[in-house]
Amino acid sequence: MSLEAVKAKNDNNSAPIKLNRKDFISDQDVRWCPGCGDYAILATLQNVLPKMDVPREKQIFISGIGCSSRFPYYMETFGFHTIHGRAPTIATGLKSHRPDLTVWVITGDGDGLSIGGNHLIHALRRNVDLKIILFNNRIYGLTKGQYSPTSEFGKKTKSSPFGSVDYPLHPLTLALGSEATFIARTHDTDVKHMMQILEAAGKHKGSAFVEIYQNCVIFNDNAFSEVSDKQHRDDRSIQLIEGEPLIFGKDKNKGIRLNGFKPEIVEFDSQQVPENLLTHQSDLEDTAYAYMLSRMESPEFPIPIGIFRQIRRPTYDEMVQSQVDNAIQESGRGKIDRILNSGDTWIVE
Amino acid sequence: MSSTSFIHENKNIQEIESVVIRFAGDSGDGMQLTGSQFTNTSAVLGNDISTLPDFPAEIRAPAGSLPGVSAFQLNFSSSDIRTPGDQPDVLVAMNPAALKTNLKDLPHGGMLIVNQDAFIDRNLERAGYTSNPLEDDSLKDYRLIKVPMNTLNQNALEAIDLPGKAKEKCKNFFALGMMYWMYDRSMDVTLEWIKKKFGKNPNVVEANSQALKSGYYFAETSEIVSTHYKIKPARLAPGTYRNIMGNQATAIGLLAASELAKTPLVYCSYPITPASDVLHELSKFKNFGLKTLQNEDEIAAIGAAIGAAFGGAIAVTGTSGPGLALKSEALNLALMVELPLIVLNVQRGGPSTGLPTKTEQSDLLQALFGRNGDSPIPVIAAATPSDCFYMAIEATRIAIKYMTPVILLTDGYLANGSEPWKIPQFSELKSISVKHPEHLNEEQKFQPYLRDEETLARPWAVPGTKGFEHRIGGLEKENISGNVSYDPLNHQKMTDLRKNKVRGIVQDIPDLEVYGDQQGEVLIVGWGGTCGAITSATEKLRKQGLEVSCIHIRYLNPFPKNLGEILGRFNKILVPELNTGQLCMLLRAKYLVDAQSLSKVQGKPFKISEIMEAAQKLYSKDQEVKNVAGSR
Repeated sequence: MSLEAVKAKNDNNSAPIKLNRKDFISDQDVRWCPGCGDYAILATLQNVLPKMDVPREKQIFISGIGCSSRFPYYMETFGFHTIHGRAPTIATGLKSHRPDLTVWVITGDGDGLSIGGNHLIHALRRNVDLKIILFNNRIYGLTKGQYSPTSEFGKKTKSSPFGSVDYPLHPLTLALGSEATFIARTHDTDVKHMMQILEAAGKHKGSAFVEIYQNCVIFNDNAFSEVSDKQHRDDRSIQLIEGEPLIFGKDKNKGIRLNGFKPEIVEFDSQQVPENLLTHQSDLEDTAYAYMLSRMESPEFPIPIGIFRQIRRPTYDEMVQSQVDNAIQESGRGKIDRILNSGDTWIVE
Repeated sequence: MSSTSFIHENKNIQEIESVVIRFAGDSGDGMQLTGSQFTNTSAVLGNDISTLPDFPAEIRAPAGSLPGVSAFQLNFSSSDIRTPGDQPDVLVAMNPAALKTNLKDLPHGGMLIVNQDAFIDRNLERAGYTSNPLEDDSLKDYRLIKVPMNTLNQNALEAIDLPGKAKEKCKNFFALGMMYWMYDRSMDVTLEWIKKKFGKNPNVVEANSQALKSGYYFAETSEIVSTHYKIKPARLAPGTYRNIMGNQATAIGLLAASELAKTPLVYCSYPITPASDVLHELSKFKNFGLKTLQNEDEIAAIGAAIGAAFGGAIAVTGTSGPGLALKSEALNLALMVELPLIVLNVQRGGPSTGLPTKTEQSDLLQALFGRNGDSPIPVIAAATPSDCFYMAIEATRIAIKYMTPVILLTDGYLANGSEPWKIPQFSELKSISVKHPEHLNEEQKFQPYLRDEETLARPWAVPGTKGFEHRIGGLEKENISGNVSYDPLNHQKMTDLRKNKVRGIVQDIPDLEVYGDQQGEVLIVGWGGTCGAITSATEKLRKQGLEVSCIHIRYLNPFPKNLGEILGRFNKILVPELNTGQLCMLLRAKYLVDAQSLSKVQGKPFKISEIMEAAQKLYSKDQEVKNVAGSR
């Protein structure tokens, strides 16, 4: 929508004009490498925002530093490209002061999990109403190809010619340990799935954490073949569908069940689904099941894709605001003269 | 006014101008409370006061140990005073460790009141005494008064149903009661306070009140002290007064600024000594619509403040030196995106963790230059505890008017020290104008870096305003449009614009006023919490007939426009600082004057005498000023 249209809408205060993707495209040239997965994510979010029923001026994008963090420049919304790792802090301050805004945080595996790991976990545990989208490409792109906190053990990069000796972390396990109330994974090669997940994250009330497997064509191409390779992906990944049993495979003949505390794969005749397969449920307060899913890794297990957890808890910004509202309701709007004159006072004549 | 202030015929009562008392005891002995009660009582009585709490960084160091000693010094007077006093006239020592660490400051002939019961072998040993100083004649140069406070207190509270330990805790009130009688203070303020504080527990109210009264009556009836003293109310300007500590004043100042700007305050902080009290204080005032966030670290605190500023709040982050170091990258972000932000630095002894509970003013250069790139940020500093109130408002005004982060420097001495404050009428304070653009002409596109011609401030368009969608960030901005730009000449232009914007503030701040003659031999130049000591030293030197004047700089970036000219009117310049000469270096660099540094970094404020001595030396001959020597 053009500026004029927005203003026209303001002026006559009529029913909201339906926004579309074009309304969210800024006039800045997109400068990611050709073939970068970020393009698909950008287009998807620009398609998701019109579905949010939130006016454009109330959608805010805040990012840190890295390839992914250039994102706000390309969105025709309010945006803030901040400093390395600190986007969740700025977003927390903004959302706390302005609970009326929808605040998105765009980050990457370096920005969000390495330099900004501390802020990420605290934003999640406080359940600040933020939509945190982590583009995980398992590499440092903008600094030209060093290993990241999600790079595989032993990965050879410019800064690890003999192989990295860092054990990688699992972003979703971390999010779960940080008490995030919405946790999901999607990938840049399935636009439809990304749409669903980002829309659900956008509409979630509380801290939403979405890991997007994002391909870096230059420094880490094909890092997510389990989900991107059309030939094998049905056997190497599993779609989490609410209320449905955990079934995967091209022929839908494999499932996940529990053996003691451990998941195991069971193969079956696709006409006869065994009864003891796990059924997907994302609304459990208990984190054990979601934790188990978050640890399922290739090649032993299919990679779970979808919403791992989605629960409702009062949000930080709501509670901060309600303390203010309650204080005003209980004792009336504060009077500064009363504060100035508080304590023991005396008069000099 | 008082129901408990008796003047008995049989005791001498002597009128004196001022007294400096130091209460010293174990961290658990409640010395800070005792001192602040004496302060409040004296303030309500109309004395001028100045206080210096001095406590260890440890919450409870081992009982009776030297590092565990906590002290509170206060100066109260019937005339105008500006410092907590160079040395105590009276030292109240609650145990041997307190005596050991504080005796060196008590001049010979000074009054020394000790809790005799605490001078037992174990405590003596812990304090490093090989023999009991109360018995070995080593205190013969002092007016020693031995009081078995534990025993007297215990006896007085015998009938009250409380465990012995709880009763023993009241002995600081016994000591306080004695001092109230000695200096003819009413017990009312403290009795009232006890009632409020312990109201839920009548036995505790009773015990503390009884301890206070017992100390008072003990001093009155015993022959231990032959004289008591009267200090008349000070002649202060008419008005309503209260006692105020610096951190309290800063907090109320920020609150007032938010009211003056009719814009909500968001205060974001990570607990750090000695700044935490500002967070504590502000978090009480939620019914003003303000929000306080305790963030996960120093960086998160400034980040959240920047986010709140982006959203249109008066955003403040408070910290102390090490925290400012952590905030420096984000501070530059605020500078780059030109959002208003107030950064409070309650300075403490550094470097590194340094001396958390002790005062210093060694973050001046950090505040001015401790960031990457050319990073001009306005820096202002409060001069006295109550000045923190006005400087908090001033920091807010500058931040909003010029769309810039502002650093407000106070220090541990100002933060925890107190003085009487003539309470201002809120209606007399100048309002702060906040403008968020809301309307654009038909064909206009919002230009986030199109500046106000006079102030060079950019517009503060806040999220949620239709038609004003724009992006900001830490990458260099193209002039006017605010788009990312790597153009070489644009960077030159933007660097110059940022510099000129801050420079331009010089037109908007008051000129310096010279205390004393407008020209002469020696000019003492100070900034921050040394104001009281410098002014008093200047006053005394002038009474001695010396041509000494002083100025106090509250605006450190930019400097007031008449600073250079004033410096040029004096033959010699002395710059006392609680650092190794930071302002002095700046003055020499900027104004090419031969300023001499008087440096002290002992975690303690200047004594008036130290500044006088340095000025006298500089005055009399072309002698180089030496640093303040370490105490014995």
